[in-house]
Amino acid sequence: MANFETPALREYPVIPLVQEGTMAHSRPFVAKPDIQASVGFPGELVENWEQKAVVKLGELVSQSRALQVFLDSCVKCGACTDKCHYYLGTSDPKNMPVARQDLLRSVYRRYYTFAGKYFPKLVGARDMTKDVLDEWYTYFHQCSQCRRCSVFCPYGIDTAEISMAARDVMDHVGMGQKYSNEIIGKLHKIGNNLGLPEPALRDTLEGLEEDVKDATGVDVKFPVDMKGAEVLLITPSADFFAEPHIDGLIGYAKVFHAAGISWTLSSYASEAANFSMFIGSHDNLHKVAVRIRQAALDLGVKRIVVGECGHAWRVAYSFWNTLIGPFDFLDQNYPVPQHICEFTYDLIQRGALTLDKTANDDKVVTFHDSCNVARASRMGNMPGGQFVIPREIIKACVNNFYDMPADTIGESTFCCGGGGGLLTDDLVELRVKGALPRMQALQQVVDEHGVNYLAAICAICKSQFTKVLPYYKHPMDMIGSVHGLVSNAIVLNAKQ
Amino acid sequence: MSLLTVIYALLFYAATALLAGGLAYKIWVYARTPQPLKIPTTPAPTTRLGVAVRMVKEVTVFESLFKSNKWIWLFGWVFHLCLLVELLWHLRYFTEPVWFFVPLLHWFIVFTGFGMLAGLAGLWARRFLVDRVRYISGPSDHLMLALLVGIAASGLTMKYLVHTDVVALKAFFLGLLYFSWQPLPADPVLLAHLALVSILMMVFPVSKLLHAPGVFFSPTRNQVDNPRERRWTAGWSAEIDNSKIGRPG
Ligand code: SF4
Ligand code: SF4
Ligand code: SF4
Repeated sequence: MANFETPALREYPVIPLVQEGTMAHSRPFVAKPDIQASVGFPGELVENWEQKAVVKLGELVSQSRALQVFLDSCVKCGACTDKCHYYLGTSDPKNMPVARQDLLRSVYRRYYTFAGKYFPKLVGARDMTKDVLDEWYTYFHQCSQCRRCSVFCPYGIDTAEISMAARDVMDHVGMGQKYSNEIIGKLHKIGNNLGLPEPALRDTLEGLEEDVKDATGVDVKFPVDMKGAEVLLITPSADFFAEPHIDGLIGYAKVFHAAGISWTLSSYASEAANFSMFIGSHDNLHKVAVRIRQAALDLGVKRIVVGECGHAWRVAYSFWNTLIGPFDFLDQNYPVPQHICEFTYDLIQRGALTLDKTANDDKVVTFHDSCNVARASRMGNMPGGQFVIPREIIKACVNNFYDMPADTIGESTFCCGGGGGLLTDDLVELRVKGALPRMQALQQVVDEHGVNYLAAICAICKSQFTKVLPYYKHPMDMIGSVHGLVSNAIVLNAKQ
Repeated sequence: MSLLTVIYALLFYAATALLAGGLAYKIWVYARTPQPLKIPTTPAPTTRLGVAVRMVKEVTVFESLFKSNKWIWLFGWVFHLCLLVELLWHLRYFTEPVWFFVPLLHWFIVFTGFGMLAGLAGLWARRFLVDRVRYISGPSDHLMLALLVGIAASGLTMKYLVHTDVVALKAFFLGLLYFSWQPLPADPVLLAHLALVSILMMVFPVSKLLHAPGVFFSPTRNQVDNPRERRWTAGWSAEIDNSKIGRPG
């Protein structure tokens, strides 16, 4: 394990005292020129970058009402200061949402506001310098864009928007983050984050068909590029081979099978994730998403269903219609896009699935609300459906379910610590420390109810927990997919 | 006409012009700037009416702040409520006959000056006592509190200690409104009170006081959660043309 200490869990969660600079050393690898080129950004710090950064910042603000309002409106009330898991886990004051915003606000003020131009000291306005840029790089890569701060801010100021803008500015002057940009580049080239080419994808899926056949004796199909299928499934590529994601994919396939609805994956659009959101790049956001429109049209499907992924569901639910709509070519009787949980829940409600809860009797389950689903999207037709539907699915599949404390779930959910383009080994310390509030809440239900299974609906959350659970003395396979539970419980061919 | 009256008359004209012009400009900027993507903080209302209700709760009972931190909520809410009552009460200096509801406020006005001070004191104390809030507080944050405390304190002083000639004061303000200037009573406390108020008016459009119009324009709070039902486009997203993409043939 690395050379930092895993924060200690306490009997009660406490808000730490400010300790300046504890995370000043934490920064992800910078993208090399070839990676930068693959996403359309300059390969290294451009000439005159200070000026270009300032111009870009002004441009972004003039194109976004959110930025315009957020940068003006903060009153420094402090309500958000104890809401970020990275502050709670690291004590570094620059991880308090308002302080993180101020890293950028100070520059914006200096160049674009009366007070900052003429009274910089008074309002904490700063020139754009190399130190400032480095500080941006450090601390805007300590924000998972989870939006917890925006729930609690009296003006709804969303630090995620500001992080995205800062990263976009940095990309434009040639200082990109290796992890996110490399992945986006791969997607442009091959169609998924992993760079998994079509033959490998087919192989993997054939292997899965065999595994399921061996385990259940049923021919559950995992079709690829099947023209005329009813449903196109867009799922994070981690579902194709990472544990425990893959159990989720098997669960989706079994649900489709049991419901008798034809479906297909696309080898051209074999990725739900869209990391372009993390770097705030509109062009990349559109370019990545448009593959899905293309695939849906090429395959002639009627519906699009999205697999378990947090930020991907945000992009799909909130942005797709804007980015790659209108979806007039799809069946309007179903929501476009539809979350796999909505899909499964609907079938459960109609009694179309046979579920045997005892198959999960070895598990005592709790559910982690992924932030992007919780605070940036919806499921079903009522506000808050994103909290109800996954829990109802779980409860239909297991006998033992317990929620974590109320102030750590639902709209107040704590991020896993690895979202927003931070799920990389060069940020392990941050990820472990940022997971503290979630681990604290988890520990509580472990102690009180003997919880041994943490269900999630986000590919990033699943990978992150797999990595950090051992630091907090839990087995790494404690994390699982919601549809992994469905997969265990579902009785195939029961109705025939 | 004394020089003092002229100075204060001009000061108030200037302050009013800066406040009105500055705010109008800012509101115009907010209204003009597009919000290209749907970003309401969810769970969010799915109808316009629902959004209106969310907004009303936000600006009347500070719903998010209440969820967030009971102390800040208490101090902030008491301060804003008392300020609102005080502002309405002050209408009696600008209206003749006085608007019907203003006299009804005299029950509250006994508390509101002190309420403002108490709220401000609480908020200011947090800037020293809570290490996180101390860290994020800059000189302008302290100055803003000082300004507001100064206004409340000078107002209370006139109310309870050194009374001023309110009839003459009203004549002065009505004179400003009707462009027939009347002499301003030369009480030092009154002059201080008025000077501080005019400073507040002038800094309003260039300071964090912009949270007042800002809250109404905040997309995380004022957007309807219906991106699947209705295609949303604005600004750069309105320029997207997918019509050429993926159509077979
Ligand atoms: S809660 Fe909002 S207004 Fe208050 S300090 Fe944080 S960002 Fe600023
Ligand atoms: S968006 Fe999340 S990670 Fe970023 S500052 Fe807000 S609470 Fe912290
Ligand atoms: S990875 Fe999961 S918990 Fe973390 S930001 Fe994404 S959705 Fe949130």
